[in-house]
Amino acid sequence: MTVELDALAAGRRAGFARPIAGRLGELTRQPILVASWLVVLVVIGWAVAPGLFTSYGPYAGDASASFLPPSAEHWFGTDRLGRDLFARSVYGAQTTLTATLLAVLIAFGVGTLVGLIAGFAGGIVDTAVMRVIDVFLAIPSLLLAMVVVSVLGYSTQNIALAVGISSIASFARVMRAQVLAVVTQDYVKAAYGLGVGRLGVMLRHVVPNSLSSVIALAALEIGTAVLAVASLGFLGYGAPPPQPEWGLLVAEGRDYVAVHPWASILPGAALAVVVIATHRISTSYRKDHRR
Amino acid sequence: MLRYLALKIGRALFVVWAAFSLTFVLLFVLPADPVDLLFDPAEVNAVPPEVREQVAAGYGFDRPVILQYLTRLGHALTGDFGTSVQSGRPVVPTILDVLPSTLLLAAGALALALVIAFVIALAATSARRAWVRDLVEALPSGAVSVPVFLSGILMLQIFSFRLGWFPAFGDRGARSLVLPLITLAIPVSGPIAQLLVRSFATEFRSGYVTTSWAKGATRGGIIVRDVFRNAGLPALTIAGITFGNLIAGSVITETVFARQGVGRMTQAAINTLDVPLVQGTVVLVAAGFALINLIVDLIYPLLDPRLRAALATGRAA
Repeated sequence: MTVELDALAAGRRAGFARPIAGRLGELTRQPILVASWLVVLVVIGWAVAPGLFTSYGPYAGDASASFLPPSAEHWFGTDRLGRDLFARSVYGAQTTLTATLLAVLIAFGVGTLVGLIAGFAGGIVDTAVMRVIDVFLAIPSLLLAMVVVSVLGYSTQNIALAVGISSIASFARVMRAQVLAVVTQDYVKAAYGLGVGRLGVMLRHVVPNSLSSVIALAALEIGTAVLAVASLGFLGYGAPPPQPEWGLLVAEGRDYVAVHPWASILPGAALAVVVIATHRISTSYRKDHRR
Repeated sequence: MLRYLALKIGRALFVVWAAFSLTFVLLFVLPADPVDLLFDPAEVNAVPPEVREQVAAGYGFDRPVILQYLTRLGHALTGDFGTSVQSGRPVVPTILDVLPSTLLLAAGALALALVIAFVIALAATSARRAWVRDLVEALPSGAVSVPVFLSGILMLQIFSFRLGWFPAFGDRGARSLVLPLITLAIPVSGPIAQLLVRSFATEFRSGYVTTSWAKGATRGGIIVRDVFRNAGLPALTIAGITFGNLIAGSVITETVFARQGVGRMTQAAINTLDVPLVQGTVVLVAAGFALINLIVDLIYPLLDPRLRAALATGRAA
């Protein structure tokens, strides 16, 4: 761990010293990474200002335009009620991404806090917390999220909460491991030697130095959370049908997949592209850190 | 050694007990009125109060929570998780009925996933050109990124509706198993492949490989004789994660392909709020997870001589 942290610090310094032009040049050598960033930025755009990307409304149906195949006018085709599927995907980004963000924030916030307490307190507190974490890890997160949603009731917010709760354990485990590694460092001992209190050491030294791995995990977790949110939406635990949501869009088109395949495959493919892009970005982030 | 054994078994039992308690709190204590959960959400307001009281007494909801908990725990210890609200049958036989179908699917998918993962790792290690290696190494991350429901629908579309090679739905015969098997194997293979690619790369740079190079072994010979044997073992450490992926994947795979199984039954149980059945399933899954991790913990030292030596001197306990 020591080596990794040192390397990380060195990498950062070198990064700042490099001229911006050089960094841009490096980016052009990674076209897939650039494309991934583009995809993510466009999808964030969909979520923030859907009206800029499509002239159709997500609910406006045209009964005479039922199940039109993809064309220049309707990029993803239309569904049974003649609603433009591209528009529904664009507007669905807001539902799905908000839920994802909320889920990752819950998991990150609670998980980091729990891991910090366990790692820093040590002893019986650590053992107790880790055994509870073991239990959460023993139940597959999709299953746990399904149970939580069934208790809370079906809605997109509850999906977010459920996905967040089911990923707390992995954050807590990574944070604890980092804290345990940082606590034994010389600078922490030096801080104690200088008379800094436990709380001061924790806030000033342990937390900032432990966070980098957890943030890397959060980046990776965004892709996983999008998938989890969409999977729960697909199973029908999310927003009620008229509302556009990615998983639900695929589920709605699924009944007609034999005759009108685009209705579920195109929104699903858009979802897959977004998840692949976030994965690509988070792995590049991890590689930068390793160097 | 005995202490190690007792510790591991104790932890496994604790996980199962805690999963039971967690689901009890979630399903029986947290809902304001657990009786509500026993009725169809659409009809709950139409249920007369006498019936509610009768049902509450039948399930013991009128007694203090701690007594309910102890009774349920006592019954669960003898393998009785109550009766399913929907079918009225005991929970355990209901699960055991659909278990073989899921086990078959999961075992087949796991075997296929292992093959895919090893092929990816071997290809990535033996590739000499950087771009081929990068491409192969990107595959696992792609495999976990594509939603299971999308790959399932794509498989259906291409292989059953377009080409007509396999039946689209149902679970009759081996042919209907092929598409669900592949669908489930893809996401499961991803993490295994990622781990194998990393451990193959580590082993490839290790000392004994240098020795083999010096002795004049070929690249292929080294990969097959030295690296393959040593690098496969770490895959066991993510057996638990793989099990979780198989369970989560089977919920969606069985839904997409309308197959009978534990995953689809769980989904139906959650849709109808069949609380005892949900609890039984979750505890069963947690027990499976704990058992698999226990087995891995116990056999790993047997398979890896280095760990066995550490254990004998009492350092790893």
